Amino acid sequence: MRTIVKVKEGINWVGAVDWTVRDFHGYSTHKGTTYNSFLILDDKVTLFDTVKKPFKNDMLHNIYKVIEPSKIDYLVVNHVEPDHSGSLPEIMEVVKPEKLFCSSRGKKALLDHYHREDWPYEVVGTGQEIGLGKRTVQFIETRMIHWPDSMFSYVKEDALLIASDGFGQHWATSERFNDEVDSSELMAHAAKYFANILLPYSGLIQKLLAAVQQMNLKIDMICPDHGLIWRKDPLQIVAAYDRWSKQETKKKALVVYDTMWHSTETMAKAVADGLIEGGVSTKMLDLSVDHRSDVMTELLDAKAIVLGSSTLNNNMLPRMADMLCYMKGLRPINKVGAAFGSYGWSGEAVKHLTNALEEMKVKVVSPGVNLQFVPNHEGLRKCVDLGREVAKAVNESA
Amino acid sequence: MKSYTCEVCGYVYDPAAGDPDNGVDPGTAFENLPDDWVCPVCGADKDSFSAE
Repeated sequence: MRTIVKVKEGINWVGAVDWTVRDFHGYSTHKGTTYNSFLILDDKVTLFDTVKKPFKNDMLHNIYKVIEPSKIDYLVVNHVEPDHSGSLPEIMEVVKPEKLFCSSRGKKALLDHYHREDWPYEVVGTGQEIGLGKRTVQFIETRMIHWPDSMFSYVKEDALLIASDGFGQHWATSERFNDEVDSSELMAHAAKYFANILLPYSGLIQKLLAAVQQMNLKIDMICPDHGLIWRKDPLQIVAAYDRWSKQETKKKALVVYDTMWHSTETMAKAVADGLIEGGVSTKMLDLSVDHRSDVMTELLDAKAIVLGSSTLNNNMLPRMADMLCYMKGLRPINKVGAAFGSYGWSGEAVKHLTNALEEMKVKVVSPGVNLQFVPNHEGLRKCVDLGREVAKAVNESA
Repeated sequence: MKSYTCEVCGYVYDPAAGDPDNGVDPGTAFENLPDDWVCPVCGADKDSFSAE
């Protein structure tokens, strides 16, 4: 999409909209995304972040509508990941900025990506300020939120926070501001982003939120590098990040499973019956149709995760192994769980699932249910009991 | 001497190797690192490390 948007007087959005991306290294971006860049017109014309490489021309087109790109004096790289810096080498050729601002780890990452010793790097750290003329930009390093190089840029006079990947959402829209779109859909995309990108850094986010509160920054608008700008009530997303990073849970359980010949699926339904009977809000997630990143979003506020898999060749089904590899990396905390599954002759899946839960520090509340071939009435009763037992643990923790 | 892992980014501090880029000689035990030493990868402080 080629259209500039005025964010504030003299501050324009000049990014790009990606309507077609569906897989962001394993995260399903089923509604696309945006790569946001911001251009400030002042004595020193400054561009904050760039876009993914294939969108370079969309961005340049937007910049041209505001100003000749060669008139840009400063470039700020808040985050080096290629969706925000992939077009940097070509933009550098066109713009030839006087200075390129980044964090110390940003400089290292830029050198390791683009191997250009000759760029005019200016390393900045937390609290450091640069004057653009009428405006002042203050930098806040946000290491590991979510890369070592990440930082925020705060435009003091406009009380505008350019927040890199913080507070973002993967959602391609023609609108640019949160008050122009459906708010519940927006929060769902923001939660998905948090659960799939930022969850492992929850502890650091708690520290950052406390530090920013101490700095007493006035915040009028938050501009993430993906998705909608938080113009109306920007602190709502800060409050949500506080909640999500505390990993507060509800009386909610997930039954996540994969099945070969429907036996494990039948068991999953019985487990869910026990959970619902125990008064716990329950979601069934079948890995043949539910994407790993949607499972993580549901897990964000769930107290319990019950895993089910048939045994295949002495192990679990491959889609479940994929799910567990992904989930383990995202380091959810404060969960309880258990496992179940059907098998033919050996039946290792339940043991492997239980071990995986323990490795993730999920409190395992039952040895699980392991049934041979097709479950009978008695077997399904054990599954209902498993659901009841997990529900009891959920209720006791609430 | 034990190795310590950064819980934030996964970097492993190996006392045999030290952290020469940041002035820590090889053979320095984790316990003897200065209090203001931080993870060379992600900048986390010493409290974020756990023994292997």
